[in-house]
Amino acid sequence: MVTAQSKETEKYNVIGTRPIRHDGVDKVTGAAQYGADLNLPGMLAGRVLRSPHAHARIVSIDTSRAEALDGVLAVITNADFPRASDEVIDTGEGSAQLNWVLDNVIASDKVLYKGHAVAAVAATDHHIAEDALELIEVEYELQPPVLSVRDAMVDGSPLLHNSLHTRRMDGSQSDNPSNTASHLQFTKGDLDDGFADADVIIEREFETSMAHQGYIEPHNGSAYYRADGTLDVWTSTQGAFVVRDSVAPLLQLSPSQVKVTPMEIGGGFGGKIPVYLEPLAALLSQKTGRPVKLTMNREEVLLATGPTSGTYMRVRMGAKRDGTITAADVHLAFEAGAYPGSPVGAGAMCALAPYDIPNQRIDGYDVVVNKPKTAAYRAPGAPQSEFATESVLNELAEELGLDPLEMRLQNACVEGAQRADGFTYGVIGNVECLQAAQDSPHWQSELEGPNRGRGIAQGFWFNIGFESSAYAQVNGDGTVPLVLGSTDIGGTRASIAMQLAETLGISAEDVRPHVVDTNSVGYTQVTGGSRTTFAGGWAAYECAMDIRRQMEERAAALWECGAADVAYGDDAIIRGPADEDGNDRQFTFKELAGQLAASGGHIVGRADVNKTSSGPAFATHIVDVEVDPDTGKVDVLRYTAVQDAGTAIHPAYVEGQMQGGVAQGVGMALNEEYYYDESGDLKNASLLDYRMPTALDLPMIDSIIVEVPNPGHPYGVRGVGEVPIIPPAPAVRAAIANAIGVHMTELPMSPRAILDATVLGGD
Amino acid sequence: MQAVKYARAGSVEEAVNLLQDGGDGARPLAGGTDVIVQARERTRDIDLFVDIKHIPELISIEYSADSGLTIGAATPCYQLYGDSAIADLYPALVDCTSLIGGTAIQGRASLGGNLCNSSPAADGIPSLIVLEAQVEIAGPNGRRTVAVEDFCTAPGRNVLESGEFVVKLHFPAPAEGSGARFLRFIPRNEMDIAVANAATQVRLDSDGVVTWARVAVGAIAPTPLLVADATDALVGQPLSEETIAAAAAASRAAANPITDMRGSIRQRVHLAGVLTERTIRQAAERAA
Repeated sequence: MVTAQSKETEKYNVIGTRPIRHDGVDKVTGAAQYGADLNLPGMLAGRVLRSPHAHARIVSIDTSRAEALDGVLAVITNADFPRASDEVIDTGEGSAQLNWVLDNVIASDKVLYKGHAVAAVAATDHHIAEDALELIEVEYELQPPVLSVRDAMVDGSPLLHNSLHTRRMDGSQSDNPSNTASHLQFTKGDLDDGFADADVIIEREFETSMAHQGYIEPHNGSAYYRADGTLDVWTSTQGAFVVRDSVAPLLQLSPSQVKVTPMEIGGGFGGKIPVYLEPLAALLSQKTGRPVKLTMNREEVLLATGPTSGTYMRVRMGAKRDGTITAADVHLAFEAGAYPGSPVGAGAMCALAPYDIPNQRIDGYDVVVNKPKTAAYRAPGAPQSEFATESVLNELAEELGLDPLEMRLQNACVEGAQRADGFTYGVIGNVECLQAAQDSPHWQSELEGPNRGRGIAQGFWFNIGFESSAYAQVNGDGTVPLVLGSTDIGGTRASIAMQLAETLGISAEDVRPHVVDTNSVGYTQVTGGSRTTFAGGWAAYECAMDIRRQMEERAAALWECGAADVAYGDDAIIRGPADEDGNDRQFTFKELAGQLAASGGHIVGRADVNKTSSGPAFATHIVDVEVDPDTGKVDVLRYTAVQDAGTAIHPAYVEGQMQGGVAQGVGMALNEEYYYDESGDLKNASLLDYRMPTALDLPMIDSIIVEVPNPGHPYGVRGVGEVPIIPPAPAVRAAIANAIGVHMTELPMSPRAILDATVLGGD
Repeated sequence: MQAVKYARAGSVEEAVNLLQDGGDGARPLAGGTDVIVQARERTRDIDLFVDIKHIPELISIEYSADSGLTIGAATPCYQLYGDSAIADLYPALVDCTSLIGGTAIQGRASLGGNLCNSSPAADGIPSLIVLEAQVEIAGPNGRRTVAVEDFCTAPGRNVLESGEFVVKLHFPAPAEGSGARFLRFIPRNEMDIAVANAATQVRLDSDGVVTWARVAVGAIAPTPLLVADATDALVGQPLSEETIAAAAAASRAAANPITDMRGSIRQRVHLAGVLTERTIRQAAERAA
């Protein structure tokens, strides 16, 4: 691990260093409070009854026997909620109709996936609540399950929603109801001309499985509906304000009546943005007048929270002999799960994003199926779409006898290039990542041995900005408590505090970041979209500049001079004009902090930023694998991840994000899948059979941070969390092909799939 | 999980009485790594746990060249793979006990429990079969002994009658020229359940001729299987590509697996052959 500051960050005092995170001690010692740790006087335990069927009409629900059980205080169903409208609400990394949000939280007329919540119970303890579930009688009328996008899109397929019509980009809708919720298309140039120019054309079809984020902490949600009509919610969430703005309308409360406290979070990766348990806890508390806590077990997490989409994808790509890509036609059909809202749009925009291809068409279909409603998962949609396009690009390079890295460099987008969706790039690090990969010890090394192969792939993700707030006060001892609204998943207390410290010229340790409830900080969007260090850091910068201005004014008042004559330096020295005797006048930050109370009061800095821009992220990954041809098992021998971070605020956490993204991407590549039987029963709803990689399944992942500062951020930040999950699957696929000569067409590329494609030959 | 009763037995007789009095809802508890989970998930109706791991003979390891190895049924895995006699003479027991669950599970899980859970994919049972383990059972009618290959009768089912439990496992002392190996196939490198597994013990004479052999395969049929035809394929001639291939073919022929989330029928049939070949080769290396 390199611990010196990089060339880009040498000019900074704090940025580019690796201080110990502020929340580290509490997490290491177990003092940190997670949602399940919450215990309030009189608290009730809630449990959720879930559908055993993938697709059924609810004929009746009889809760009377459960209600009669000693210790049961309330039983609720969808009918106990106020009627939800079809207004569209912001759900963090997307939007959704309120009635669909409610129906996903608790089913109304139909259950649409196995594990779909049907009723919820509050009781004096967990065991009684569990017993009560067995006393709820639900009569179902089974419907045929729809389990793949291709089945769902066929005319005459059973419909999940009779009211759903296909929405097109021009705003029109299909005449007939459909399982296809929307169709979008991006085009550029002329596809026919592009393919006519190509010397080689390759077309491939791919299928990928749903995959879960696999955060270690299961979901939880607690609520206390007070006698004055206000509601407190405590939960593990990536966005406390999104929870507030989802729960309030579901209970027909105003946002001002709801306070959400984000508890410490044990992983999210996008999956802890939607509400599941919080509205149930809220209504159960409203019914009982007592605080109610609900928690999920692992089976519930896998059955009933949002994984990322399974897909069917088809890519046709053509290139000239010299490697110039002339045309690409991309068809993406994504499982939305039970309600509309897959990440196919983002997947479509990312599909060809690293390459300047003159002729493109990208079609995306959002398709409902009888599986859990998908949620955001780290670069939502991009791991799938870029798996398809990067895989075909690798095959084109192979077919043309070209170095796949050189071919990428040859076609790489640079500043000024325009994507099919119309976006024009500013300063990006696409080429710089490829060059750093080319120069890496890994790429320069020889790979030897039978059944071994090497693969590479490129990845692109937008990153987002949007709204973040910060407050900071200056204590008399020169320390600065910093109040944030962003759930800290990847070390963002530290990365935001470091930007405040840099701006004020003080140490990271003198900043004390705190994540607080929705009544105690300004509006802050979710921790997601790789936005938190970007937008939260920008808010911290503005907040620090606000403090600097106020410190200058205070110094001016103390020196009895004009504020314009006082300058707060980046070294945290506040300098004024010389005094009457010609002596320099200055305060250190700590000196002036110590005089604030007696000279007019303390100082509070504040900022609320809302940035529609962001810094796109690129990554290049290299992987070596060895395939056991007798068993189909793939061992990852060596892995190098290269990524443009813009500026790496805390390089250790950037490396952690890169390595974590690789681990999840390799999981999707090799073993993670939702395994359904033909009735729509998820057969592997446990971490035993949902196979995420363990520590023994991955080598040490080498990370190479490239820094092409984002000119659209005070410190050049781009956001780093998401892009590293994108390249692993196509890179591993290429390595497998290089090892054993077989091009896989599905994810995961499990031992079973590899045996089927090799020694067991065909279907 | 429902409220359950717990009783700690101090002797085999006390355990038998407790189990008999408890009826169908009574269940012996050793390491509990399977039954506690089954009770919590309500996949077994259990209202009484009879804890047998405080009975001295249930946690014991005894070896002598005359009588072979006897282990108490509740002896945890870590004690087995940490025992020098077992490490020297029964490495196939180390192979399996060191990969069941993880380190924490190995602190409690036992071979007796693995046997009585009677999973088709049990990682302990193929080694027991090729090592010719005899299962000593205590019950209301006293003690009886069953060959381990006859113990399991179906997934989760075995020959134990009401009130019976396994007390000990006996293994003959390994004969001169013996070697045994257990392998399993899992998609990852730890913390998983076998897609297929296999064990082989072979005995080679000084000319390299196989004089005795046993092959067992698991996760490819309702119970772990002793593959008799594999013995026939190997015994009486030196090991060769042909005899190994014939033994692998015998394992594939014996396989009668299902398709589930852990593996497909043809994948498991194929793996039964692959693991048979690999365990034969590695058992022979240990025999040499």
